[in-house]
Amino acid sequence: MRYAMVIDTLKCVGCSDCVVACQTENNVPHGYCRDWVTEAVSGSYPNLELELRSERCNHCANPPCVRCCPTGASHVIEGGIVLVTADQCIGCGACIESCPYDARYQHPDGYVDKCTFCHHRLEKGQLPACVSVCPTKCMYFGDLDDPNSEISQLLKNRKYKTLSPEAGTDPHVFYLI
Amino acid sequence: MQEELFTSGRNIPNIDPSLQIWHWPISLYLFLGGLAAGILFFAALFYLMGKEKQYPALKKAAVIPPIALSVGLLALVYDLTHPLFTWQLYTTFRIESPMSWGAWVLLITTPLSFLWLFSFYRSTFPKWESKLKLFKKFKFLEKFEKFLITNRTYMAYALIPLSIILGVYTGILLSAFNARPLWNNAILGPLFLTSGLSTGAAAIILLSRNREERHLFSKIDLGLIIVEIALIIHMIMGYYAGSQVQLEAMDLLVGGEFTLMFFGFVILLGLLVPAILEVIELLGFKVPVAVPAALVIIGGLLFRFIMVEAGQLTRYLY
Amino acid sequence: MVTSRRKFIKISALGVGGITLSASAVNLLASNPLLDAAAKKNLAKKLSRTATYCEVCFWKCAAWAYTDEEGDIKKVIGNDDDPHCNGRLCPRGTGGLGMYSDEDRLKTPLIRTTINGEETYREASWEEALDLIAEKFTEIKQKYGPESFALLKHGSPGSHLEHLFKAYGSDTIAEPAYAQCRGPRETGFGLTFGSWVGSPEPTDIRDTKCLVLIGSHIGENMHNTQVQEMSDAIDNGATIITVDPRFSTAASKSSHWLPIKPATDIALLLSWMHVLIEEELYNKKYVEKYAIGFDELKAHVKPFTPEWAYGITTIKPESIRETARLMAAAAPATIIHPGRHVTWYGDDSQRERAIAILNGLLGSWGNRGGFYFKEKISIPKYPHPAYPEPKWGWHEIGEQYPFAEMGNTSEVVKATIPNEDNPYPIKAWMIAGTNLINTLPQREQTLEAINALEFLVVVDTMPMEITGYADVVLPECTYLERYDGIRSATNRHPSIAVRIPAVKPKYNSKPAWWISKQIGDRIGLGDYFNYNDFEEVIEWQLNKMGTSLDEMKKIGVKNFERTSGPLFLEEGQDYEFGTPSGKIEFYSQQLADLGFDPMPVYTHHPQPPQGFYRLNYGRSPMHTFSRTINNPYLSDLKSENTLWVNPKVARILDLKKDQPVWLKNQDGILSAFPIKVRVTERIRWDSVYMYHGFGHNNKKLTRAFGKGASDAELISKIVVDPLMGGTGLRGNFVSILTEDPHKNTKV
Repeated sequence: MRYAMVIDTLKCVGCSDCVVACQTENNVPHGYCRDWVTEAVSGSYPNLELELRSERCNHCANPPCVRCCPTGASHVIEGGIVLVTADQCIGCGACIESCPYDARYQHPDGYVDKCTFCHHRLEKGQLPACVSVCPTKCMYFGDLDDPNSEISQLLKNRKYKTLSPEAGTDPHVFYLI
Repeated sequence: MQEELFTSGRNIPNIDPSLQIWHWPISLYLFLGGLAAGILFFAALFYLMGKEKQYPALKKAAVIPPIALSVGLLALVYDLTHPLFTWQLYTTFRIESPMSWGAWVLLITTPLSFLWLFSFYRSTFPKWESKLKLFKKFKFLEKFEKFLITNRTYMAYALIPLSIILGVYTGILLSAFNARPLWNNAILGPLFLTSGLSTGAAAIILLSRNREERHLFSKIDLGLIIVEIALIIHMIMGYYAGSQVQLEAMDLLVGGEFTLMFFGFVILLGLLVPAILEVIELLGFKVPVAVPAALVIIGGLLFRFIMVEAGQLTRYLY
Repeated sequence: MVTSRRKFIKISALGVGGITLSASAVNLLASNPLLDAAAKKNLAKKLSRTATYCEVCFWKCAAWAYTDEEGDIKKVIGNDDDPHCNGRLCPRGTGGLGMYSDEDRLKTPLIRTTINGEETYREASWEEALDLIAEKFTEIKQKYGPESFALLKHGSPGSHLEHLFKAYGSDTIAEPAYAQCRGPRETGFGLTFGSWVGSPEPTDIRDTKCLVLIGSHIGENMHNTQVQEMSDAIDNGATIITVDPRFSTAASKSSHWLPIKPATDIALLLSWMHVLIEEELYNKKYVEKYAIGFDELKAHVKPFTPEWAYGITTIKPESIRETARLMAAAAPATIIHPGRHVTWYGDDSQRERAIAILNGLLGSWGNRGGFYFKEKISIPKYPHPAYPEPKWGWHEIGEQYPFAEMGNTSEVVKATIPNEDNPYPIKAWMIAGTNLINTLPQREQTLEAINALEFLVVVDTMPMEITGYADVVLPECTYLERYDGIRSATNRHPSIAVRIPAVKPKYNSKPAWWISKQIGDRIGLGDYFNYNDFEEVIEWQLNKMGTSLDEMKKIGVKNFERTSGPLFLEEGQDYEFGTPSGKIEFYSQQLADLGFDPMPVYTHHPQPPQGFYRLNYGRSPMHTFSRTINNPYLSDLKSENTLWVNPKVARILDLKKDQPVWLKNQDGILSAFPIKVRVTERIRWDSVYMYHGFGHNNKKLTRAFGKGASDAELISKIVVDPLMGGTGLRGNFVSILTEDPHKNTKV
């Protein structure tokens, strides 16, 4: 079992529904976010490329945040999901400094918070909130270890990339391009 | 033209537009840790060499580490956003987490530095004792002192590796974060250790009332400064030969917003000027020794501020 | 890709002298239960759900509002059975609970009063506010006749108040959604196919092979079904062609983007027709069977070669030919999208005619992958006495526009400004759910009308700018706190959705149905409101439709079978279009009879003078007009707009990213607030672009006040569509100021 997310940049319109859905689902306080949308424009008028990406914690297979956490609050659970145990976190910020994606933030209550792949929903057999709400259906979620899963098939048949692979974190949010 | 921006919602305090999770307390703590490590290292080393009688300033300087480490610890805890949970640091040891190493090393070194100081307290600061009369009030202190003095050698043996770990750790803490290209180089550990030893030596010079002693530590300091300059050149060459993100990191220090601070205050005033003054002094000219020593200490402090602030501005490009 | 079974990272705690304390051993320091609770709060609670449909825009997606045990709304999720949203709301719908939780909401009725010579509002009871309004209703009726009381509305509250006004005897009703937005396309398509486009648009995008968007920025306008189906079209490998001077999100998803010179679209459309006809690529069978006026059209477009269009539109002739051939190759599964906000240059109905004719040439109307035959189910009318016949109404006010089919807000505004020769003097307004200040162009004219009013009452949930001009402000509760009419909308098949209050109204706010009934009861129209609670009305209607309120509370949406026949034309089927000839009218006798061009022609529109840039505006996917800017969730997503400027322009004017600038339009009107520059290649060098809806100037909107600039305040020049009175808004030019022009005027 290895959870991963695949996001089709050819369909994403950057509406940020994923961001609000996450906020309401996970009680993310106003002014903070566990996911966000990035827009990248390249070229010059009228020969242009635009890429929109919904970004979040990449639940890396080699997570620097877990490595450098001094208390074990940041940890990995079954399925490769990286989580933070709020009452083990001291708020030292080491994990925030170590994340090349800036995916973690200090919750106003002190502990460090981030995307959990909506692991509380997965337990109930539901998809992560962002995936389930996306109007363009550009997000896919599933088990990478299952060669027949939708995401495995997408990665098999389509061109894709990950963010900052050179950071060596082995991220598990994939972008179809 | 290349353009990259957030379409929505990224406006997180201390993270956007650039990372500012670690502020002055961390920089201060890195400096104080290095300073304490330097002093403890020299104190233990010269004690084991049997030379503590020749160098009285070493004993006086023993006051600094306990204070520095306590203040540093307070600064650290102050910087935590979840300070009530600090105890969680000591429920586990994470071998890959520099922060965990640091917490444990501090937990052992800080009390040890207090004990070290206490073992010299009566002989070095008789005036204080005559005021405080601690030994009159608490009878058991006599015994305790005796016990410490007989075990000083063991303490010194423990302090040498501990102080080196402490000094190196202040650099490794930063260099372990590969997400911040400015920090992510192996030189930072030795560099911060050297810088810590050098500030330690400078502190000893400041406290010294003995020409010979000052001379020795000036020489040591000069040697350390030369090593430090070599390491900084090495570090910059490393960036220069590195990937795009490291080149961008280097730009902050060389030709960017931190250039003046870095070259003016750290390299020139904090390293080159004191080195020249110390050479002049060693050649037999009269130089107020306090000046280079103070410059070294200020330079060391600024160096950590610059590294912490600038490092958080550097990141991977997507 | 190869995935190995990865080892989970587990560094076991090294047993440092029994340091691994169990939590109970350190209870003194143990975790703070409050914090823990906060972290897990949302996840542990049991949520219950209530059926509703969304009111953040006019798409009206059916949804479930989830409330926790304390009766707090936690989230709003789309209803899976709803053909409008298929279980997926857009960001505004998901953030809809921000409307409910916004602490800046209107909380209690307010009445304008004068204290020490200062005009201000005082809080009032509903009794007092309603009595005052009722008194004014009676007074206006006596003095001028009920027709002089106008209703300007948008969205659900509008329908309740419309009932009140019609009962009262006024048909002076208009909504900006018509003449400031989609009116021209209804006229253009109506004249051609004899049918409105309507909302949701009956475009079969999910099965299309070729989608052509002309200035329509689907994906930035989050018209939910359209966005979802465009995504399906991308999945299906459809060809998408986007015509837009700006590199819109849709343009970035397109295989062909035609970066047209603004205001020249009709030239391109005519040239496309030319290619289709000259190269005989049009759908001959379809045109022969269903259309009239083809020969006139052929003669008409003969001179409009791609080379002719190139000189006007700057689109290369080979691009025009290539895209025309692509459309033809995919036909009839080709959609030339009618667009939605189409009031641009004043010849908009004719441009929409051109779009409709193109669709006719390709045979997409009534074919799979083109336009389907929409169907809706009619909701039984709750019995009430017949409405009185007003002496005049919206129709007479806009009588100079023969093809207007709804009230024209701008004309209502004009009829309000005192004028000797005005046969239709309007003396009082009620405004509901629309912020006219930010919605209408020519703000000075709007304010002049407002100043001339004897009475103005505003119903809204938020202290929008318009509320600051009212004599009485009524706080409406949000859609999550009220019953509303049953939603029945056109789609591939009919469906209905209900809106049930998820929670009790916050503060002292009330639903619009209650406000209407209260006013009606007070002015002797009680017979028209023969119920105590609107719930009874819905229940009665649902029972008539073979369902019940209980059932609808459980399912939220009910889908019905089609009864009007198949979605698409059968092979060779005879079909009567709603035009006078019963055919698709390439040549419009209706237009010719009234002295208009029977077929679209290209006319030149002014281009920006030296030092000025065309003010282009559009929608941000996170917001609906100006009404959502203060929503805490949506303002988190986008709190201000930026001014898009091409790097060339930035170089000339020495503009830097995020630098605040002010805008001054051709009439010397200044933007009240600075707007930050975004230097981007996505915009032409002769235009600037900004998202619509920002630049609120009411301090009571704490999050929205002063954020970004308002395009509406800079639109002082309009070109009116002679067919239906639409107000073309895209002929305004602005210059960019880097110094604060208000500095000298500030005291």
